[in-house]
Amino acid sequence: MAQLDVAPVLEQISSKKVRKLCIISSKGSLDMAYPPLILANAARMSGIDADLFFTFWGLDIITKKKMDKLSVATVGNPNMHPWFHIPTIIGMLPGMSAMASWMMRREIDKLDFPPVGEFVEMVMDAGARVYGCKMSMDMMKLTKNDLVDGSEVLGAMEFLELAEDAQTLFV
Amino acid sequence: MSAVLELVEFDAEGFMNDAKAWTPEIGEAIAATLGITLTNRHWVVINFARKEFTEKGEAPSLRRITKTTDVDTKEIYQLFPGGPAKVAAKIAGLSKPTGCI
Repeated sequence: MAQLDVAPVLEQISSKKVRKLCIISSKGSLDMAYPPLILANAARMSGIDADLFFTFWGLDIITKKKMDKLSVATVGNPNMHPWFHIPTIIGMLPGMSAMASWMMRREIDKLDFPPVGEFVEMVMDAGARVYGCKMSMDMMKLTKNDLVDGSEVLGAMEFLELAEDAQTLFV
Repeated sequence: MSAVLELVEFDAEGFMNDAKAWTPEIGEAIAATLGITLTNRHWVVINFARKEFTEKGEAPSLRRITKTTDVDTKEIYQLFPGGPAKVAAKIAGLSKPTGCI
C-alpha cells in the first residue's frame, strides 16, 4: 500500500479546480516554523492544494541539520507569555534561549503537534509540495542535498508562476 | 441516491445530523456518492473514528488516526481523496472535524 502514488489522486482532484494555498515561509525560529506547517497541513486535510516556499531564515525549517534544532528568541521577543515573560536583560544570559525552546517544545508536544522535522515529513506525505528559495540557498551555501528529501529548489519567479490563481500567504 | 440514504438527514455540507443513526450500510452508501468503494483499509479508519467518537464525543484528529492505527498519512490521503479529515468523517457519519492537526 505504501508504494502507491498520491499524484494521480491529486491530478483527479485538481481537474475540479480546487482551492489552492501558497505559503511563503521566511522565518526560522521555533515559534514561526509552526504557522506555515499547520496551515499547509490543515489545507491538505480539507482537500485544498498547498505549496510551501521557504526563503531566508525559513530555510532552516527544511534544512536537515537544523530543522529539529530551531530555537525561540528570548531577546527582543515581547511575546514570551503564556510561559513566562523574560526581561531582555535576563534573556541575554547564556542558556535562556535553550530553556525557552525546551519549554515550547514540551508545550507543543502536549498538544500532539509533531516536532518540526516530523511535521515537514507529514505535510509532504499529505501531498503539500515543499520548495527552497534558490537565492537564499546560494547565500547560505546550501545545496539541494542539505534540504529535506523530496523538496525542490525554485527561483522567486518560478514560485510566482506556481502561485498563480492561489491564495498566497507570507509568514 | 441509494435507498439506504433516503431517510438519513444531512447538514448543508453533507455531514450526518445524527451520528447515532449511522449504520455500516449508510457508510457504504455515503462513500458511493463520493465515488469511493470501501475496502478493509477504509474500515480500519472508519471503525477507529466511530470508536473514538463513541468514547470521547468527538471525531479523532487525522494525526491521532495515523498514530494509533497502522494507516499512515500517505495511505489515508489515498483512501479518502479530496481531504481525508472531512471525507472520512462524512462516511463515518460524524460531524465536521474541528481538530487542527
